[in-house]
Amino acid sequence: MRKLLFESLFRRPFTEQAPSSDDTAVAELATAVGRAARRRLGRSLSIREVDAGSCNGCELEIHALNNAYYDVERFGLRFVASPRHADVLMVTGPVTKNMRDALERTYHAVPNPKWVVAIGDCARDGGCFAGSYAVVGGVSEVLPVDLHIPGCPPTPTVMLKGLLALLERADTGAVTP
Amino acid sequence: MPSLIDRILEGREILQRRPWPRTVVGAHLWKFVANELAQGRLRLLGLWGEPAMVHMAIMDEDAAEIAVVSLDCADRIYPSVGLRHPPALRLERAAYDLFGLTAEAAPDARPWLDHNCWGARFPLGSRIDALPKATPYRFLPAEGDGLHQIAVGPVHAGIIEPGHFRFTASGETVVRLEQRLGYVHKGIEGLMAGANLERAAQLAGRVSGDSTVAYAYAFSRAAEAALEFVVPDRAIWLRALLAELERLANHLGDIGAICNDASFTLMHAHCSVLRESVLRASNSAFGHRLMRDIIVPGGVIRDLNDEGEKIIQAALDNIRLRFPALVELYDNTASLQDRTVGTGVLKPALARQYAAGGYIGRASGRAFDARRALAYPPYDDLRFEVPVLNEGDVNARVWIRVREVEQSLSLIDQIFERLPEGSLRADAEQFRGAREGMAIVEGFRGDVLVWLRLRDGQIERCHLRDPSWFQWPLLEAVIEDNIVADFPLCNKSFNCSYSGHDL
Repeated sequence: MRKLLFESLFRRPFTEQAPSSDDTAVAELATAVGRAARRRLGRSLSIREVDAGSCNGCELEIHALNNAYYDVERFGLRFVASPRHADVLMVTGPVTKNMRDALERTYHAVPNPKWVVAIGDCARDGGCFAGSYAVVGGVSEVLPVDLHIPGCPPTPTVMLKGLLALLERADTGAVTP
Repeated sequence: MPSLIDRILEGREILQRRPWPRTVVGAHLWKFVANELAQGRLRLLGLWGEPAMVHMAIMDEDAAEIAVVSLDCADRIYPSVGLRHPPALRLERAAYDLFGLTAEAAPDARPWLDHNCWGARFPLGSRIDALPKATPYRFLPAEGDGLHQIAVGPVHAGIIEPGHFRFTASGETVVRLEQRLGYVHKGIEGLMAGANLERAAQLAGRVSGDSTVAYAYAFSRAAEAALEFVVPDRAIWLRALLAELERLANHLGDIGAICNDASFTLMHAHCSVLRESVLRASNSAFGHRLMRDIIVPGGVIRDLNDEGEKIIQAALDNIRLRFPALVELYDNTASLQDRTVGTGVLKPALARQYAAGGYIGRASGRAFDARRALAYPPYDDLRFEVPVLNEGDVNARVWIRVREVEQSLSLIDQIFERLPEGSLRADAEQFRGAREGMAIVEGFRGDVLVWLRLRDGQIERCHLRDPSWFQWPLLEAVIEDNIVADFPLCNKSFNCSYSGHDL
């Protein structure tokens, strides 16, 4: 372990300065999100994720936001364990009828001001699961959605862009929490 | 000597032969099969319903023979398999919830997928109105002095799928864990009915996001078996490449995540980087990080060009360079070993009884790997080992994954060496009437089974069975006598799918 830790002192970080335009864009984006969060809330942004029936694809990509390439925590974007610690409720899935109650209760546990971000194509209107006896069909059927980030699943970069858009809109007062 | 399955099928009309036989049996033979399952002479691969029929997929593991037996049940009652063979219990409860088929004398008649939220009962059978008031779900009792319960979920603390766990503990020690699943039931099999092949393949690829390639692969192979499609060689080999990339990404991510649940974040950080490198390479080569919607019935829709191959090769070289140091780190960190060795032991007898697939079975002495046992192309033409251990603890499950990472790296090398040129997709032919097909594909988590019947170009019935059906119940068994704090570790080392199971 010492060797590995020692090496990492000298190896360039994975979040390199300018390895490719793609990674630079990610870093810029994340900085911008962090700045906007601080301006709006006076502190970093806490996110609580709720899977309301997704296939788990969106969760995999949300996880990726925390890996060394994106490392969103360095910009003050934090995923928290309890809705009571959250500013943003990030919801995935077409909202199954079996999850509706749990989703509503989680929402009510988030203190104001709060925002709801729906992640993925099926969170918009049920996506390819729309019309099933077992799904409600979109997060907005259950909660007031402030932002929808499309994709199946959206890439980590797209999600970062979306969070930035949310904060900028909140900044101009377009969103009433 | 004829195999057990030959004896069961003897003298019966075979309704389907693509690629394994299906026959209709009477109640007597149905019970005989249930008994053979209970005696361990057959393995249960799946049990699913239709409005007036129940099917059971079985395997004679020694002979690697598979068959489906079906029982007409116009009165919607059939002899319970779970009565003799517990692995069938949850499948029977699901068949009741979806179709209203009652397993006669089943020891557990509680609902499973139906939480009384759908507004109807038996949505895929003869629909009736929902119960006016939901009866509370009765968890199994645990009695004794000083026991307390811990209820967890459906919303968990991490970024994971929803499900409910009810622990009964005596101090720190878990006395009983009971799972309550079904929260992410989307009614995929209901949506499948009446869908055309294109939409059905899309749905299959969204059963479980981490296994999107495996599901599209299994669905496509089942449809191709039904339609007698001849898939072009290049597509056959590209599919294996996609499947191995998916396996690689998931194993790398999970090895780190297991260590993370033992609070050893260094492994997690490094493994996540390797996982990300596979996803980025997949994105460059195939246009999607999870490689979704690339495998379709008849072939694949994206080709691999030289540049894509180079990018994947570079990612693999990087893994070869960095992964051994991580394995060494895992092996030589005493505090981590202290958490994983001897924790969450799955006994080989249970793994065998439940026909547990994937790294869960292989860490507990069950050598089944569909790529080897069923040798579907191109795996019949590739060299690889199926690692097996007998310890059955969290540590063994980590090591199986480590070995499988190495095997996948070698498989991808072989695929690149021998990738044939040619077309990517066979054209669909028009057909009338009913055709059936079935396929089993080895996903990263275990064997994914798809059975379907097509009629006039549309899906009439499609059943998708996730390996988790036979793995979830075992998690309840392995956590017993472990401490509550080791549950996340055991759970992550299993990494069962909620969405794949709830469907």
